[in-house]
Amino acid sequence: MPPVPLLKPDSFSRFQSTGVQKLSLSLLLVAIACLLLADTSINTSEPWQEISRIGLGMLTPTILSAPELFSSLATTLAFALLGVSVSALLGMLLAHLFEWRVVRVVSAFIRSIHELFWALLFLQVFGLSTLTGLLAIIIPYTGIFAKVYAETLEESDQTAYQLLPPQTGRWSSHLYARLMTALPQLIHYTQYRLECGIRSSSVLGFIGLPTLGFHLESYFKQGYYSEAAGVLYLFIAVVALMRFWAKRRFIMPLLIMSILWLPFQTVVNTDLILRFFGHDILPSPLRQYGLSSIEGWQQTLSWSITLWNEQALIGSWNTLILTQIALVGSGITALLLYPLISPLFFTRKKRVAGHLFLVILRSIPELILAFIILLITGPSMIPAIFALSWHNGAIIAHLIGRYTEIIKLRVDSPKGGNLYVYEVTPRIYKPFLAFLFYRWEVILRESAILGILGLHTLGFFIDSAFEELRFDRALFLILITALLNILVDSISRTIRHRLRLSTNPNVQSREI
Amino acid sequence: MIQPHSAPSETTTAMPIEPKPASPISFKQPLFQLESQSIGWDSKPVFENLDLTIEKGEKVAIVGKSGAGKSTLVRTLYQQQSKTAAYCGQEYGLVPSLSVFHNIYMGQLDKHHFAYNLVNLLRPFKAQVDKISPLAERLGLQESLFQSADRLSGGQQQRVAVARTLLQNKSTFIGDEPISSVDEVQSEQILELITSRHNTVILTLHNVDLALRFCNRIVGIRNGKIELDSSTKNLSASQLRSLYQD
Repeated sequence: MPPVPLLKPDSFSRFQSTGVQKLSLSLLLVAIACLLLADTSINTSEPWQEISRIGLGMLTPTILSAPELFSSLATTLAFALLGVSVSALLGMLLAHLFEWRVVRVVSAFIRSIHELFWALLFLQVFGLSTLTGLLAIIIPYTGIFAKVYAETLEESDQTAYQLLPPQTGRWSSHLYARLMTALPQLIHYTQYRLECGIRSSSVLGFIGLPTLGFHLESYFKQGYYSEAAGVLYLFIAVVALMRFWAKRRFIMPLLIMSILWLPFQTVVNTDLILRFFGHDILPSPLRQYGLSSIEGWQQTLSWSITLWNEQALIGSWNTLILTQIALVGSGITALLLYPLISPLFFTRKKRVAGHLFLVILRSIPELILAFIILLITGPSMIPAIFALSWHNGAIIAHLIGRYTEIIKLRVDSPKGGNLYVYEVTPRIYKPFLAFLFYRWEVILRESAILGILGLHTLGFFIDSAFEELRFDRALFLILITALLNILVDSISRTIRHRLRLSTNPNVQSREI
Repeated sequence: MIQPHSAPSETTTAMPIEPKPASPISFKQPLFQLESQSIGWDSKPVFENLDLTIEKGEKVAIVGKSGAGKSTLVRTLYQQQSKTAAYCGQEYGLVPSLSVFHNIYMGQLDKHHFAYNLVNLLRPFKAQVDKISPLAERLGLQESLFQSADRLSGGQQQRVAVARTLLQNKSTFIGDEPISSVDEVQSEQILELITSRHNTVILTLHNVDLALRFCNRIVGIRNGKIELDSSTKNLSASQLRSLYQD
């Protein structure tokens, strides 16, 4: 019998950092190291002048052409509503089959590619059409819904499911005992996703679809800051007022209106599709020598290695550096901002202002936020760092700030900074870390896509490949991005599992 | 603002009870005073026209059935003297993710500068560990000093809450059932610590024997009224038990 290791009786009698503390510290150190490696220069000659011009524009919003603006608002909402609804249904279907490995792998793959990359792909085949916009939202969102729905179903109360008669069919038992048990959380999440859908849909304007992002980009580029502010405020208002218009009984009419509004007369050119997927995206040596030639495959290998050395490596490196900085930046932002909406720190009136601030910060799509900062600082990692940190930080702050509502403090609890540091933050720290790690893969996806603004993350090389009509390169780099994303996702899952990080609040003091 | 912390006296006598004769003429304001006061919610007061005076130096046990309003009463008393009194409620109010050490240390957050507290949270100062260790040891918490509070048993959690209240080092201790989850021997140790370190003590207790041993005045509550208010000298355990009957 192997000797049983003696439990040291004094193992808790001396101070040792916990796993959570060690993890936080190492993340911070890695981020600082990345910050030293990153390009954080300010490349504009007069950043203050640009700030004052943008600030002036923000204070004097105007609307250039109301009919045009409302038409693009309608398109934005129609893409989001239809796209999110279809992917919610598909995601639900996949969630019920989530114990199949193939379903898990497929949904991990399709959600690891950002909607803008999907849009760039479909753009080559379907042009600037409704189909391109819808597919770009539906495909990644289906993967996200499948995963989150499956996790929600798993975490919900299983008692009813286990008590069903043993012969109950698969779909009936899923429908009655699992779907219905988790319905409130599922609806809540779907509503949140609709908000993300509106953001995604407006960002599609950056590649030319007629959504709000299109106007935002062109106004900002031309320096029409007042007009840009008008679009931005309209967008924020629509998102902030979602709980008034995105109600359950309005959903059906809104969906019908969306279908009627969007032009569906896309001419689907089968030859073009076949040519694109069967020929254009194949590595160029394979196209040259044919699929059956050994020479072609050998050339493809060296083609891949060259592409890896020249673009993928540097792109991945920059993407990872940006991701790590933005991850810690988001965490710091969230910890600093959550008191703004917490009843433990501010009165109801002041919290309204806090809520408004967080809504504004999180509803501006990170691409647009980065674009605005880029006008001030010029191309470097700074715009991306701030945009990602503020956007994701505001989202996490919103989630953990809500948790503090159920904390019951003792009568003689400390105040001010001590309350923040000793009573509240320790209680929400684990759920906070869990949310942060959930957003890790999101931040990575966004870090890659921000390359289309000119910093050399993977998105930059993908965007250039599309511009040069080198679809084989674009696909190769997209696949690298997807792999990186899946890797980070699995590391995040391991860490959450090891440290038992759960988004469930562990905030209530024990009651008798 | 770092104030020097005077260490509490370590002397403990086995039986610190010495009923003080209440001086017949007192010009001083009593420490706690309730005069024909109604306590509770507007619609449904727990007490009506309550009169209660507690002088400095008294050790008062408040006894009565569950739901008689003991907690409401002590909380009201605490609110009168929240500056000078330390309060240990029925809810322990521990921060689950913090260690026993940190939870106890929280009794002194107001005595140190925020920056000091922040550093101590991340890496405890030796001086603080040295100060808190003896207290933890006396409460049998030494071995779990750096365990997080959510891993503790109910009795351990209660002892942490008591330790945190003791560390506040106030002159008055107000406790709501501070020994409800610990065994008989520990109960005696805790009451000994509380009564020896505080000039004035107000406790709600269920254990009438311990109430008689450690306090010098008993206030019995029944049906929203003070049914009994007397020095422990004149009381027996069986008299007190009658309070628990309907």
